[in-house]
Amino acid sequence: MLSVTWLAIAAPLGSAAVLLLGGRRLDRWGHWLAVAASTTSAVVGVGVMADLLSRSDRAVQQHLFDWIPGGELEVSAGLLVDPLSVSFLLLVGVVGTLIHVYSVAYMEGDPRRRTFFAYLNLFVAAMLLLVLADSYLLLFVGWEGVGLASYLLIGFWNQNPPFASAANKAFVVNRIGDVGLVLALGLMFAHLGSVDFAGVFASAPTASEGVLTAIGLMLLLAACGKSAQFPLQSWLGDAMAGPTPVSALIHAATMVTAGVYLIVRSGPVYAGAPTALLLVAIVGAITLLFGAVVGMAKDDIKRVLAASTISQIGYMMLAAGLGPVGFAFAIFHLITHGFFKAGLFLGAGSVMHGMGDQVDMRRFGGLATLMKVTWVTMGLGWLAILGVPPFSGFWSKDRIIEVAFIGEGMKPWLLGGAALLGAGLTAYYMSRLFFMTFHGKGRWTEGQHPHEASALMTVPMIILAVGSAALGLIFAIGDSFVTWLEPVTGHVTHEDPVLAVPVIMTLTLVLVALGIGLAYRQYALLPVPETAPVASLAVQAARKDLYQDSVNSVLLEYPGQTLTRTLVFADAKVVDGAVNAVAAGTVGLGGLVRRLQAGRVRSYAAMMLVGVVVVLGIVILAINGKGWF
Amino acid sequence: MFPYLTALVVLPTLGAILVKALGGRSRVREVAIGVALVEAAVAIAMAIQFNPDRAGIPQLRETHSWIPQIGASWALGVTGLGLVLVLLAVVLTPLVILAAWKEDTDPVRAGNYLALILFLESFMVGVFAAQDLFLFYILFEAMLIPLYFLIGLFGGEQRRYAAVKFLLYSLVGGLVMLVAVVALYAAGPGGEQGFLLDNLTGLSLDQNAERLMFLAFFVAFAIKAPMVPLHTWLPTVAQTARVGTTTLLVSVLDKVGTFGMLTLCLPLFPHASDWAAPVIIVLAVVSVIYGALLAIGQEDLLRLVAYASISHFGLMVLGIFVFRQTAAEGAALYMLAHGLSTGAFFLVVGFLAARRGSVSVKDFGGLQRVTPVLAGFFLVAGLSALALPGLAPFVPEIMVLVGSFDGARAAVVVAAAGAVLAALYILLAYQKVFTGPRPEGEAAAIPDLSWREKIAVGPLIALLLVLGFLPGLALDVLREPAEAAIAPVVEVANVEVSE
Repeated sequence: MLSVTWLAIAAPLGSAAVLLLGGRRLDRWGHWLAVAASTTSAVVGVGVMADLLSRSDRAVQQHLFDWIPGGELEVSAGLLVDPLSVSFLLLVGVVGTLIHVYSVAYMEGDPRRRTFFAYLNLFVAAMLLLVLADSYLLLFVGWEGVGLASYLLIGFWNQNPPFASAANKAFVVNRIGDVGLVLALGLMFAHLGSVDFAGVFASAPTASEGVLTAIGLMLLLAACGKSAQFPLQSWLGDAMAGPTPVSALIHAATMVTAGVYLIVRSGPVYAGAPTALLLVAIVGAITLLFGAVVGMAKDDIKRVLAASTISQIGYMMLAAGLGPVGFAFAIFHLITHGFFKAGLFLGAGSVMHGMGDQVDMRRFGGLATLMKVTWVTMGLGWLAILGVPPFSGFWSKDRIIEVAFIGEGMKPWLLGGAALLGAGLTAYYMSRLFFMTFHGKGRWTEGQHPHEASALMTVPMIILAVGSAALGLIFAIGDSFVTWLEPVTGHVTHEDPVLAVPVIMTLTLVLVALGIGLAYRQYALLPVPETAPVASLAVQAARKDLYQDSVNSVLLEYPGQTLTRTLVFADAKVVDGAVNAVAAGTVGLGGLVRRLQAGRVRSYAAMMLVGVVVVLGIVILAINGKGWF
Repeated sequence: MFPYLTALVVLPTLGAILVKALGGRSRVREVAIGVALVEAAVAIAMAIQFNPDRAGIPQLRETHSWIPQIGASWALGVTGLGLVLVLLAVVLTPLVILAAWKEDTDPVRAGNYLALILFLESFMVGVFAAQDLFLFYILFEAMLIPLYFLIGLFGGEQRRYAAVKFLLYSLVGGLVMLVAVVALYAAGPGGEQGFLLDNLTGLSLDQNAERLMFLAFFVAFAIKAPMVPLHTWLPTVAQTARVGTTTLLVSVLDKVGTFGMLTLCLPLFPHASDWAAPVIIVLAVVSVIYGALLAIGQEDLLRLVAYASISHFGLMVLGIFVFRQTAAEGAALYMLAHGLSTGAFFLVVGFLAARRGSVSVKDFGGLQRVTPVLAGFFLVAGLSALALPGLAPFVPEIMVLVGSFDGARAAVVVAAAGAVLAALYILLAYQKVFTGPRPEGEAAAIPDLSWREKIAVGPLIALLLVLGFLPGLALDVLREPAEAAIAPVVEVANVEVSE
């Protein structure tokens, strides 16, 4: 299968094109074409992994075609197939296919379902290009491609004005990050002489720390945009405007983790840029707490999950920021998170489906008996994200907490402390979500009849739940996943954390138990008010996403709008005004303007003729008076 | 060999005379588009004759004595860059004619408009092929004639004001340049072929004289490729003139500005180019940001595209004046990509105008549910303007930014921020026109694109995609012209450094 890796990208891309151009006649079966295309990607992924496992050399570079041929900036369209990219290929292929299947039922009543599947396929193609590309420039194509798909899908129901705004916000904030990637490309080309992975990584060890730090920081900026990390996190909450399967696939399991991929892929650059790497860890630590705090206060089930995603990616960034010792765990958590968060989102979609598109958890409650499959699958996802042994999160997240405690001075205590605290907060907000939705008394609005969804929806949920439960354990046995990634991340023998591992583990589990206990008391035992009660300033701040939008408005939006308005005025009145004044003020020209405006076009034609004669006259004069200048 | 270039210059003029002579009696539109298609076919035949391995030197040359008394020759020839821009012109012209099919109900008026368009095509082809400075100048000025009438006779309310404004700007630039043209001739070898570019390149000029001549050329070109603060004619014209006129003006004719900078300013005045570059780079970056900010503030979609173009021209000028190979190649490729992208964008906005009689975003909303195909075309054109990967402008934009990094780091950092602003002006416009609740009343009955309209813009979208994935098709013939253009300046700069 190795030789047809490109098919994983081409199949969904071709399907997207067919669906978009094919018109209404494809409405009846177009979605199944999309499912088939996505399945093709998954199958190719499995085949490629099998091929790769049978080889001793675990990195294969494939040349597809000359993209920017010749010249100094020569870039070919090529793929890099190695354990890191194949891990993503499988994640995107498998989770993507499950979500495609789920969407067939979820989007059934929508008149634009065919378009929806075209966009979903487009996303899969772009995401796979992003992770399989063998150069930063080709990665950038996928990077913007997933941004486009994300924009189109967030705004899928853009007849609703706030949804259209949410789509714009996502694209524009992402573009801020993209500027970072463009500048990183400029730095690489100017100082390392290349923009493909092989060239950059080969020259990186000889480059100065200043250059590598600058590249590292620009890549971090890009990662912050795509992965909704502080301070570019504001778009992800609003992105929940998209249909729920989109939130599951793009805004939880795959696209938003691209930033983590970028950092881990750029390991050789960060190896020479410790300052930039430390900043990656700090951004991760801040974001994981930020997301967790916001998650505790939200009542909209999708927004809780979005905040949770921000927080969990914060964990991955933290791990990536710890360098080679954390790279493998960042990707490990990325994969398990992809499964359990996709499962949780699909569960949320199933709940919304059964509750008439209600998203307010204060109007849920007591659904456990009515939606058994959803309850159990979401329950497994819940245990997985909490890090309860032996579910997936325990193997991935707890290892991140552990390695965060490695190091000297203040660093391990601050980073490790943040990770540990985050685990407790996560347990609280996720338990709050789980209990508010499935337990306690039903607080439904009138006329609602909660019911379980069809098999097309529940089967993908079950598969993802199985993954949430077992994947971590499978990957952890014999450190198989870490070993699998070693060709990319390097073999690391790490020092001991500043606290003994059993101590960290115990502390984590105690905090998780505390979080569950508090949430259980408040949201399962005590009655939950149907409207959010008046709360302390801190809770109000968290409900408002810690005022992220207000900060952006004050810092960027209002000054930007003022600047734009001022310039529009100045351009018309000052710049153009000066031009008009000069024209009108010159007596001769002024007269001409008046005559022409009065409609005497012929007079201009005459003037044109005069002009040509004058031109010729001057030239002839010039010949005779050569050297007059 | 068949005189392809002369044929390409003469054919549209003959077509224009024919169309005018028909006087609206019979099928003027069919005749006009037929002429434009024959022209395109001849141009493609010429492109096949072109040898891509020697793209840096003018090919298909024809040199005839024209006005030997003053040293002017009828000298035509194209480098790879000239070829690409000629092809752009001959591809766009029939599409513009097709898009304007129903603009005039009166066949006489339609004939007048189409005759002027064809007349303009002659100049568009000639100006990119001229190998004689005098001929270049005459064509550069003479194309104002059809443009003046196209703007002043066919367009919106303020068309006379717009036409005069355009004319005054162009004449000022042209007259300043004329002085320098003559001065350069005077400094050259003279004789019956004294205006041939070959005879004017590599002269050793007095330092001050060279700088003055450079500035005279540059100002004329900076007005054409509108650079802040010489840009205000473009939004006025775009807002007022017919969309077809604006399309040809911005997509093709304004490229004379950047084409002239690259192929005339740099090789003719290398010292002065090197001397002026720091200021020009600053002005270019100002154009990038200023144009983008102004685009965000526009409600008129045609003005929006005009300001966006000002921003993009800024990038091209940046790529030219950092004197780096990759950036110069990028600037050259950008000329083509921008022509396709802006052409598609203007034509699509024209379709909106034809449906609603307005191009103000205020008069639209929710159209995606009514005219999904039109919405899709608008979005693709818009995404190409914001240089989305996979569409033609992406590669040149990256080449300019990445390639300029070495020479003008600060400029690149500022210009790269233009990408965020581009996302804003495109997506906000899309949001206002196409998203929101399905409109009611008249707007709910707006028809989606007809086949004629799809065929008018479809080829441009296809070319945007093809060049997005295979930019090499054009880059292979643009590399050497770019290299040849910057080589004299690089040499001069190296000498200065070693001294």
